[in-house]
Amino acid sequence: MSYPAWLVGAASVLALTTAANAETITIATVNNGDMIRMQKLADAFTKDHPDIELEWVTLEENTLRQRVTQDIATNGGQFDVMTIGNYEVPLWAKQDWLLPLEGMPERYDADDILPAIAGGLSVDDTLYAAPFYGESAMLMYRTDLAEKAGVTIPDQPTWADIKAAAEAMTDKDNEIYGICLRGKAGWGENMAFITAMSNSYGARWFDMDWKPQFESEEWKATLTDYLDMMNNYGPPGASSNGFNENLALFQQGKCGMWIDATVAASFVTDPDDSTVADKVGFAQFPNKEGVDNHGNWLWSWNLAIPKSTNSPDAAKAFVAWATSKGYTDLVAEQEGWAAAPPGTRTSLYENPEYQKAAPFAEMTLNSINAVDTKKPSVQEIPYTGAQFVAIPEFQGIGTAVGQMFSAALAGQMSADQALQNAQNVTNREMMKAGYPK
Amino acid sequence: MARSASSRRKLGMTLFAWAIGILIFFPVLWTVLTSFKTEAEAIASPPSFLLFDWTLENYVEVQERSNYFRHFWNSVVISLGSTVLGLVIAIPAAWSMAFVPAKRTKDVLMWMLSTKMLPPVGVLIPIYLIFRNLGLLDTVGGLVIVLMLINLPIIIWMLFTYFREIPGEILEAARMDGAGLKAEIIHVLTPMAVPGIASTMLLNIILAWNEAFWTLNLTAAKAAPLTAFIASYSSPEGLFYAKLSAASTMAIAPILILGWFSQKQLVRGLTFGAVK
Amino acid sequence: MATAHSRSAARLMISPAVLLLLGWMAIPLSMTIYFSFQRYNLLMPGTNEFIGFLNYRFFLTDPAFFAALINTLVLVGGVLVITIVGGVLLALLLDQPMWGQGIVRILVIAPFFVMPTVSALVWKNMFMNPVNGLFANIAKGLGLQPFDFLGQAPLASIILIVAWQWLPFATLILLTALQSLDSEQLEAAEMDGASPVRRFFHIMLPHLARAITVVVLIQTIFLLSVFAEILVTTNGGPGYATTNITYLVYAQSLLQFDVGGGSAGGVVAVILANIVAIFLMRMIGKNLDV
Repeated sequence: MSYPAWLVGAASVLALTTAANAETITIATVNNGDMIRMQKLADAFTKDHPDIELEWVTLEENTLRQRVTQDIATNGGQFDVMTIGNYEVPLWAKQDWLLPLEGMPERYDADDILPAIAGGLSVDDTLYAAPFYGESAMLMYRTDLAEKAGVTIPDQPTWADIKAAAEAMTDKDNEIYGICLRGKAGWGENMAFITAMSNSYGARWFDMDWKPQFESEEWKATLTDYLDMMNNYGPPGASSNGFNENLALFQQGKCGMWIDATVAASFVTDPDDSTVADKVGFAQFPNKEGVDNHGNWLWSWNLAIPKSTNSPDAAKAFVAWATSKGYTDLVAEQEGWAAAPPGTRTSLYENPEYQKAAPFAEMTLNSINAVDTKKPSVQEIPYTGAQFVAIPEFQGIGTAVGQMFSAALAGQMSADQALQNAQNVTNREMMKAGYPK
Repeated sequence: MARSASSRRKLGMTLFAWAIGILIFFPVLWTVLTSFKTEAEAIASPPSFLLFDWTLENYVEVQERSNYFRHFWNSVVISLGSTVLGLVIAIPAAWSMAFVPAKRTKDVLMWMLSTKMLPPVGVLIPIYLIFRNLGLLDTVGGLVIVLMLINLPIIIWMLFTYFREIPGEILEAARMDGAGLKAEIIHVLTPMAVPGIASTMLLNIILAWNEAFWTLNLTAAKAAPLTAFIASYSSPEGLFYAKLSAASTMAIAPILILGWFSQKQLVRGLTFGAVK
Repeated sequence: MATAHSRSAARLMISPAVLLLLGWMAIPLSMTIYFSFQRYNLLMPGTNEFIGFLNYRFFLTDPAFFAALINTLVLVGGVLVITIVGGVLLALLLDQPMWGQGIVRILVIAPFFVMPTVSALVWKNMFMNPVNGLFANIAKGLGLQPFDFLGQAPLASIILIVAWQWLPFATLILLTALQSLDSEQLEAAEMDGASPVRRFFHIMLPHLARAITVVVLIQTIFLLSVFAEILVTTNGGPGYATTNITYLVYAQSLLQFDVGGGSAGGVVAVILANIVAIFLMRMIGKNLDV
């Protein structure tokens, strides 16, 4: 049986046009639980948009950051939607790399986004990325262990409270470690925590002449207390523990307290994954007595559209869907309210059903609202930021300093040595980058 | 008496060798076993070896999250494609170096090997820019070319050492019979060279399958092979040992099975001139 | 034997390979050299300018550079020693008469087929993790304190992982070489009453010299650019404890996005690799009469 040539030709033209009609957008995202859930629920989007096909590139955080930065900076055009942090958004928007999210559908209701979050994603009042979930940091602790140890943890604890509680809760014979904190080197790993902790100790990264301040008393107190707590009451191998490792430890019931991103609250209270789901209490990020600063930790994972995309409209449709109220409702319907992506919308925190399902809702909202990204330190500073310093050089500097503190935690050097090295590394990098600017 | 001593010795050797073999193989075995456990059992202390509730849920979940078969297919195309293309270029080169050696042959060979010593990270940005301009980013073709190039020196060297073992007299005889260059290659050399070529091909497929730098950095979704697939499991939130094991098993199983079935062919040519 | 005709044909046959490799090396390398003299940060486009040797000065005076140099040598040397000693012993073992030799060989070569990323992930999480890893479980079962491999002995742990991957390769090559040894020679030595140790050092080891050279050469090529294992397990830390040259260049160009500095590091790495290459080639030239 042979077909006439014109028929074959027509068929292939037809095949081509249908292929061209179905627009494909490639979404780069991080392998966090909330994003993986989004990927699973994305059928709801493609059902409404049969002409859009979704391709997923799911990577671990550091690899993702490297891949998308490299692609956007070289105008590679491999991705149509990128998952990036609130650190990148303003820097990239200023480079004119991102499409402004103007003309979103009306029901999107951009005014509903928490002001603290929206502020970090806007340049000149224009939104450049849509927040998928947002977080501050808080203390999560085991109510049963606290009771057993005879300690009460106030809603606004000080570091002295934390240290005393850690000591009381630690029971190494039964593999209960009083406190779990991040130790894995990286500007988004241990330095996120240590920078927030240093903020709450009244320290600052730079003075007004951009001179690094690791030789200050405040930094010394921060690092000494951090090492002291972790060495005495922390889990073994802490120098390789990041957010994910600590989450696993807490879920297994091995941590008495854990100070980390608020987004963890929904994972540690989820009975499917957590063995301690009904025994978790929450409190604000600690501060040092006399310092009015609770760390100023603010992070959001956001969906942004690079200028190099060939499908801006399809990409925008997807971003609007994934960060909409409708998506929150979809998650609630499928997985329960506690699983809704937290920390982005006022309406979520006003929803009585969410308040009922999520015991951590109020503390999360309070923590986010307490953040001042314009002034993360109580001292005078030339930068903005939060648990990071909002300059492009920070990724490199933060990671290099993080290596020093991680080495100190592994016992390779003393706190003084680590601070001295941090000072030198930062000085070098700032000099190379041409500061003060 | 002597016989029983030697068979006792054989028994001892057998036990010892099996113990060592299992010890070396154990990480792979443990990964495969863990992939059939639940997350809770995967971290249970003390761990259970075989007496657990075998489950396939990890495989189901991994497949739900990522399209394994597309990654698998990309890996097959990329490793086979780069190997075949590499052989097409390497066979003539190795042939001419082995049978028509010139003064500089040795230098050329050593120079080729030295290109493999360049750290790939040092040239990633230039290659990325070139690929962008040629429209090769996230294409199977682009990866075939890159992997062919990075393995070419090894292929040429391996073939060269193998070809050199082929006695020159046979070629002389063929020439006496009036065989042309083409006939010489097709009828005389090729049959003798097949084991060496097969072995080279296998080694190259293994190297290409496991290459994790270029395949991860030059692809996004369409051309991403299994190395990119595994990268999304490197540290997800919470407990993940069982899922990681399932994904790992899926990533290594094809090449492991291929390697086991073809190990005789692989070993035969894997001498790099080490055996005279 | 080679006629002018066959010689020009030979040149024609080798040229595609040479040209391709030349292009593959020269084009990106010249771009890298060009970038290495520029202030070029991916995150700050438009600030590119010629800055002379500044990138080199910063790279070479970086305290991490010296540490990385040492780590690279220790890593390569450590893995070579383990795989060669282990490979010789395994080859001797596999050469003995036994039941199920084929299966043992299959078990032993398995690690060679495992992707470096996978093996690093598996070792890091399922074996070396001090809370949930298998080693920790065994230690706890014996009443010992679990050892924090990647925190307390990071470089040794990475050497162990990499050596596990390369042991099969060394074993296979050495085994093939061992099997090619003339058995009459060994029997004659045995008749003369030479002890097994003497036989090993005087007959077998010299016979294996070529094979060992080959293993050293091929493995060095791959070990100089060990990367995935470090990225997955330790990210070069703690401190600089596991930063090798390749990882340092990666950190410069892709974590800090300082392409200029990374390129300078890349050029330095190329020069160092060439020094190693010259050494190796000398050795090969002597031992392999290529």
